[in-house]
Amino acid sequence: MRKLTIPLRRLACLLLAAGCLAASPAVTPVAALQPQAAQDEYVPLSEIPPGEQLPAQPLLFAAYGFVWVAVLVYVWLLWRRLGAVQRDLETLRHAPRE
Amino acid sequence: MLQRLFPLTIVLALAGFATAPFLIGAAPYESTMGLVQKIFYFHVPSALMMFAGAFTAGIAGARYLFTGAPRADRLSAAASELTVLFGLIVLVTGPLWARKAWGVWWDWDARLTSSLLVWLMFTACLIVRRYGGPGAGKLAAGVALFGAANVPFVYLSVNYWRTLHPKTTVVPSLGPGMREPFWFCLAAFLMLFLTLLAVRTRVGELEALADDLALERDVVREH
Repeated sequence: MRKLTIPLRRLACLLLAAGCLAASPAVTPVAALQPQAAQDEYVPLSEIPPGEQLPAQPLLFAAYGFVWVAVLVYVWLLWRRLGAVQRDLETLRHAPRE
Repeated sequence: MLQRLFPLTIVLALAGFATAPFLIGAAPYESTMGLVQKIFYFHVPSALMMFAGAFTAGIAGARYLFTGAPRADRLSAAASELTVLFGLIVLVTGPLWARKAWGVWWDWDARLTSSLLVWLMFTACLIVRRYGGPGAGKLAAGVALFGAANVPFVYLSVNYWRTLHPKTTVVPSLGPGMREPFWFCLAAFLMLFLTLLAVRTRVGELEALADDLALERDVVREH
């Protein structure tokens, strides 16, 4: 079996860090458990200052952009892998038998 | 069969992805979420392809475990990779929607956490295949089988546990104008899934052929 390579060690560290982050919300501050104060008035969206509104457009573009990038990167990796294995096969088929 | 259907699926997938933005753009805005709800048209089909990948990997993995058929192993490996790809899309597009809809990027509720766990299980499959050495295929097939067994829990989690995530009733209750782009996007994602599965399985077959040829040459050289 191969020894752990540097990328695998990095991945193990990342997974450990993700596990620690996942465990952290278990300690919830008492203040966060208190119910929020009742809302005494409704504020129309149009009256909220533009700085406090969260625009949807960048999030939408980011989501669709990510889908395209993820699919294209995977197709490119698959293409490279297919090219490499075809080259290997050509080399093996044309190499002289000893 | 997948490879015979490849020309058809690739044409349909390309046509689907070229047309989908126009249909999504023309779909009506949802009353409470507005524009950001349109992430749904790619997010839900990706999630369903993640489930399809997990089931394919699990069933092919079980076949490989019980019969030892190398073709089943290659199909399981290909489907595991696609589960990770579509799962990554789900886990990135979901938080982008949640930031606007819920005000937070992530919440440790049943649906989100179980989806992350399935994704991590299939990522583990790929790591085992890459670094596990001899016998890694069987181990990865076992992990894929358990990963697939989790999928029904992920799907039904929103109905059985109290969660922020919309329930499974959202899709059947889609109104006119939203229904058509959704089913169109689902068909486009299905074609993409089948195309990638056919190509990835073919790559696996060629790699196995190259390994056999190299082994044969080594044996001839030794004699």
